[in-house]
Amino acid sequence: MTEITLYHFLVISSLLFSLGLYAMITRRNSILILMGVELMLNAANINFVAFSHFGNFGASGHLSALVIIVLAAAEAAIALAIVLNIYRTFNTVNADEADKLKE
Amino acid sequence: MNSEFLSTIAIIALFAPLAGFVSTLLLKKWTKNAHYAEMFFIGVNVVAAGTLLVMTAGDLHTLHIISSFNWIQFPGITFELGFQFDSLSIILLFGVALISFLVHTFSLQYMHGDKRYSRYFAYLGIFTFSMNGIVITNNLLMMYIFWELVGLSSYLLIGFWFEKTSASDAAKKAFIANRFGDFGMLAGILLVFVTFGTFSFDGIKEGLLSGILPFNSGFWLSVMGVLLFCGAIGKSAQFPLHVWLPDAMEGPTPVSALIHAATMVAAGVYMVIKIYFLLSADALLVIAIIGALSALIPATIAFTQYDIKKVLAYSTLSQLGLMVMAIGLGAFGNAFFHLMTHAFFKAGLFLAAGSVIYGMHHEQDIRHMGGLKKYMPKTFLAFAIYTLAISGVPLTSGFMSKDAILNATMIYGSLTGNWIFAVVGFGVTFLTAFYMFRLLFRVFIKGNITGVEHHISHGHKVHESPNVMVVPLLVLAALSLFPFFSFNPLSGENGWLMKGMNFASSAVPDGLRYTFMALAGTSVTGYTESYFEASHHYHYIAMALSLLCALGGFGLAYTVYFKEKVNTETYKAKFRPVYTFLYNKWYFDELYEVIIVKFTLLTSRVLFWFDATVVDGLVNLTAFLTRKVSDLGGLFDKYVVDGFVNFTAMFTGLIGLFMRKLQTGKIQTYVAFIVVSIVLLFFFYARQ
Amino acid sequence: MTYYSLVFWLFALITVGSAFIVVMSKNLIYSVFSLLLTFFGVAGLYVLLSADFIAIVQLIVYVGGILIVLIFGVMLTGSVLTEGLKTNVTNMLLGSVATGALAGLLILLFTNNNLYPNTQVLTPVPLKDISRLFIVDYLVLFELLGVLLLAALIGAASIGRKEKV
Repeated sequence: MTEITLYHFLVISSLLFSLGLYAMITRRNSILILMGVELMLNAANINFVAFSHFGNFGASGHLSALVIIVLAAAEAAIALAIVLNIYRTFNTVNADEADKLKE
Repeated sequence: MNSEFLSTIAIIALFAPLAGFVSTLLLKKWTKNAHYAEMFFIGVNVVAAGTLLVMTAGDLHTLHIISSFNWIQFPGITFELGFQFDSLSIILLFGVALISFLVHTFSLQYMHGDKRYSRYFAYLGIFTFSMNGIVITNNLLMMYIFWELVGLSSYLLIGFWFEKTSASDAAKKAFIANRFGDFGMLAGILLVFVTFGTFSFDGIKEGLLSGILPFNSGFWLSVMGVLLFCGAIGKSAQFPLHVWLPDAMEGPTPVSALIHAATMVAAGVYMVIKIYFLLSADALLVIAIIGALSALIPATIAFTQYDIKKVLAYSTLSQLGLMVMAIGLGAFGNAFFHLMTHAFFKAGLFLAAGSVIYGMHHEQDIRHMGGLKKYMPKTFLAFAIYTLAISGVPLTSGFMSKDAILNATMIYGSLTGNWIFAVVGFGVTFLTAFYMFRLLFRVFIKGNITGVEHHISHGHKVHESPNVMVVPLLVLAALSLFPFFSFNPLSGENGWLMKGMNFASSAVPDGLRYTFMALAGTSVTGYTESYFEASHHYHYIAMALSLLCALGGFGLAYTVYFKEKVNTETYKAKFRPVYTFLYNKWYFDELYEVIIVKFTLLTSRVLFWFDATVVDGLVNLTAFLTRKVSDLGGLFDKYVVDGFVNFTAMFTGLIGLFMRKLQTGKIQTYVAFIVVSIVLLFFFYARQ
Repeated sequence: MTYYSLVFWLFALITVGSAFIVVMSKNLIYSVFSLLLTFFGVAGLYVLLSADFIAIVQLIVYVGGILIVLIFGVMLTGSVLTEGLKTNVTNMLLGSVATGALAGLLILLFTNNNLYPNTQVLTPVPLKDISRLFIVDYLVLFELLGVLLLAALIGAASIGRKEKV
């Protein structure tokens, strides 16, 4: 096994991102879609910190990661409120059944 | 002077009206008295601006403090936001706050009972906020941001009674006309940034002094100046974009006083004064010509109009033109002086007009007014003082500032041999005095007295406005007198305002600026000695001439409208073409319409004639033949063409069925499509 | 093979493996708890990138906050008793193709470029630097984030509350 470089982290983050995206596209439950989004945000965060570390950028990458974590927290709160609302309106949390837009 | 302390107060002054806007909008759901929040915050604004003025009053003429921070940073490029404290910004900040406060107070009664009462005050708040931003900024970018905000709030306020078609049309017209100007200004700002790499006034000045020119040419420097001036053409309603201002009178009258007389339209003039140092002689000449046209044309329109607000609107246009002309002639200090004095008495004129309209139950036509002095003595008193001020009668502020501008036109004439601007200046003075006294006589003293009495005998009361409206009028009337600007009623130049001003110092290189203007740093005053010699020489001549013109205008108005010795109708009939031309505002609206609408109509009419005679003849000839052919064609149609059409329809339907599958209304499918498209796009571009 | 790489592979395995379970599991509860493991794995990766503070924040915010909120969501919306929290899938083919293509593209991009081939162990970023960035250089951002959180709080409460009938 070789030494760990930037690429290893990037590949991990790519995989994580794609898995999150897969969850977003295929899972019907909106809470799982939310989890997919969280996975993708984590992937982006890994990229930020990894570039910051290997590119020797000081603390700015860390700063971005922190900002993203804060945004993720806000997003989770809002999204869950929306999901609860959808549940109340459509009596389901499956995203593909809430397709009022089509009509 | 402690710049941090100044900035703190400036921030309070800047954001107080915004706080008023937000809190009024938030509170209006719960309480009917939400507008008191706005009143409170505008009061805070006045106090803060007043504090700034008092604190800096001692060293106003040397004051130059910048306080800025980095807003957006890219490698190599930094966008700043910040304040610039100098005599101009601090004086105007206080002026805007004071007038805004008075207009707020006046509106308390004037707008009473309106169904969007609170919202009106909120709009006034956001307008004051944006105006403060323009005044206090230290760079063009921030100025542009607030510039657009001012345009927006003006749009909202002109169209405040948007149920009226004319009001919403006027709002749109104002907004669109302003967009034309702002487009030029944006181009100018971009040119500035490309050239100097900064937006801040100081940065541009330094760049110019170190010899940087746009594209290394003096021509482009002039272009830059004229482009930036385009913003002022729109905002200050200069020729040829002046058409929006008279229409803007559709807004509530206090709005006209605040926005379309005292502050917003002055923003354009203020902006040009701010960028004064980069204007080359050519650019200044363009500005002077545009200013002269804008001063003269509306002045000739004003005395044919019958709507009291329209007369005032045209007079505003004319006065703004005078200021712009003065800038163009190199007398930026005098222009600013006139801007300040004009702001007070013109706001007062509009408020007084509002008081008349209020007292007459929303009657704006002066043909239905007359002898109102008896019914509204206080309004009359205020209106008379404003009229004296705007006509340039001694002991008023307007006399000093107008005299200063006229003096500048004479200096320019003597130094360059070009006297046309002086002629325009004195002509405008004459016309101003004439149409303003016409208004005064027709509305308050003579005019349609019988009509008003008839009106009253039918049970409509004509009454003086309540105190909350009269007090602002009287305050503004007091501020139109000389002691507030200079203790010597004959010379504004020794007053605190002119003494406190940083004089112009052009940064334009030699050969590109007026010969009488000194380069920054070489002269404290910004002008060469010859300028001051001419100034002293023409001071009293200009004063005498301006008095003469004002008296002439007054005398003419007195004979015609007070003594009523001349029957205006006969003269109207005699000069019918001229009168109609003026009455219809030089046909500018029609001209713009002709260019766009009528031209199209004319073209189509010509084409119609061609159609009806030439083409139809041919057509009729061929018609017979065609009918025969078409019988054959009918068969072809029925079987071949119809078949094809039906096939097409079916095909389209099939595609539609397929496409409909894609439009599932399901987010997840959309996300998948987005991802696939991104990947495809990437491969598509990566190949190149 | 150093300890560093050993630990890296361990955390990488935890992260990707548990993320896989999150995405693929039929049972919502399994997904949520695998997500917990994923967050731990990512935190471990942060430590390997000498970002200790981020790792701790990751644990506190994600595990302590977001995950709890998610579990609440599951409990409040799923009919736990009747359906046993099974969820099914849609768009299988489309999803696999799209994400497969994207993953391939990303990995291809990242490995084919010569980005910072720096493998030396760098000094960890002191917390002081991050704080300085936040409090001095990006103060406005910092305060805006505070406002954003407040707005999100109010917004979530306002969206989530029962309508008054």
